[in-house]
Amino acid sequence: MNLNAVKTIYVHEMRRFQRTIMQSLVSPVLSTSLYFVVFGAAIGSRIDQVEGVSYGAFIVPGLIMLSVMTQATSNASFGIYFPKFTGTIYELLSAPVSFLEIVAGYVGAAATKALFIGIIILVTAFFFIDIQIAHPFAMLALLVLTCISFSLLGFIIGIWAGNFEQLQLIPLLVITPLVFLGGSFYSITMLPPVWQAITLFNPVVYLISGFRWSFFGVADVSIGMSMLAITVFTTGCLAFIWWIFRTGWRIRQ
Amino acid sequence: MTAIVSVKNLRKSYAGGFEALKSVNLEIAEGEILALLGPNGAGKTTLISTICGITSPTSGTVTVGGHDTQKDYRAARAMIGLVPQEISLEPFETVRASVQFSRGLFGKPRDDGKVDEILAQLSLDDKKDRKIMTLSGGMKRRVLIAKALAHEPRVLFLDEPSAGVDVELRKDMWAVVAGLKASGVTIILTTHYIEEAEAIADRVGIIAKGEILLIQDKAELMAQMGKKQLRIDLAAPAAEIPAALAKYALHRAPDGQSLTYTYDTKGPRTGITTLLNDLQNAGLQMKDLQTQQSSLEDIFVGLVKEE
Repeated sequence: MNLNAVKTIYVHEMRRFQRTIMQSLVSPVLSTSLYFVVFGAAIGSRIDQVEGVSYGAFIVPGLIMLSVMTQATSNASFGIYFPKFTGTIYELLSAPVSFLEIVAGYVGAAATKALFIGIIILVTAFFFIDIQIAHPFAMLALLVLTCISFSLLGFIIGIWAGNFEQLQLIPLLVITPLVFLGGSFYSITMLPPVWQAITLFNPVVYLISGFRWSFFGVADVSIGMSMLAITVFTTGCLAFIWWIFRTGWRIRQ
Repeated sequence: MTAIVSVKNLRKSYAGGFEALKSVNLEIAEGEILALLGPNGAGKTTLISTICGITSPTSGTVTVGGHDTQKDYRAARAMIGLVPQEISLEPFETVRASVQFSRGLFGKPRDDGKVDEILAQLSLDDKKDRKIMTLSGGMKRRVLIAKALAHEPRVLFLDEPSAGVDVELRKDMWAVVAGLKASGVTIILTTHYIEEAEAIADRVGIIAKGEILLIQDKAELMAQMGKKQLRIDLAAPAAEIPAALAKYALHRAPDGQSLTYTYDTKGPRTGITTLLNDLQNAGLQMKDLQTQQSSLEDIFVGLVKEE
């Protein structure tokens, strides 16, 4: 195990994070605060409680998930796409490192950034809304797992992307709609029955539902299902990345 | 000779059917400088990329220091440093951070002293904290070399180190290469500047269309294949070559002031003595004599043309 390499990649990526601190940290915090103001305070005051929770509090887990998922994906995809773009990927390919070590470095850093953002948003939320966390350890575990799994997904997107436009394409066209339609701002029980059934095919529903359960003890789907969904998703991403490195898809001729 | 790099029946073909390497066999001795010479598209970069792990071989094996580059890639790659042809660097990184990154990636613990030593060796000490995007092209190339040396490799591959580099930097680079050789590093460089191969290599390999046409000691190669030319400057211009000298295949300069005789240094007789005698007998007065050894370039052009 080349631990020096893992550490080197991780530190290198975190340094990039420091250099772009405004863009990396401040902008998601700012946009989430805006969500709180608009949905929580302004619109939320006109909405009744959802499943026994005030609307302002109800959207907190969803908002954290929304930011964490998009940030993890974009950080990880950019992290591995950039060496491809500059050509410095030659170094990764010729270094004595295994695929697991490369992934651990890049995904570890992207997940750490996303986790930071998630926690900062949570702390910000306390300033706006009165919330209690029913299952703090489960909350943290789900948050960490989500950071990791979406960083893995981002890593795949970064390898797949052939240009900057494609890099933005999947997050924009797939992840954002899935997250918005995954119950970030509503309970899926509020949907007509047909849409409730369709929504169950959206993997993000399970993540947000599970995360919300860790806050309020109520969920759209059972916590067991949520854990299963995130495990399947993480394993799927890992398997796909393993295949990428085995075949050299898009990276090694 | 003990081979530090050993390439056996290495083939690389691409999905479209293009064969970039056709069964290449190559043994590189520890501590030597090997220059791989070839025209564009000959397969030089593919060969290096395959040895270094950037490209997967279609078949064949490569061992570095006895370690198979596929099965035992960690040990093999840890011994190799690669300077790519393209300038591929992260623009926003500082020079030092970039070199430290390379060292760590290859599994070596952080060592600022060693990194500074390498930067000094490449005259980059005053550029350490500069961002790479602020450097000139030549400086960037030095950074690439520093990165390749960061983990103290035993074998260094330089892919077209002189492409787009001015004469001064090229000479500096040759000095660096000579210094590395002195410290026991084996160096393989690709080039299409024959001058470069002639100046620094111990052995020269000529590669064209995915095959190694020839690989030989540089001096031996030049001696064996080298032709020499003898130019005879005449006291008075000759209107034509006298009939008595027809058997020598002489070339008369258009102004008739000189005659050129080409001979093979490896032949048993060069024929110079009899030529000079016959010249005297034909009544031609000599003013001066000059001989010229053909360069590696002539050999190279001759060989690639034959193909």
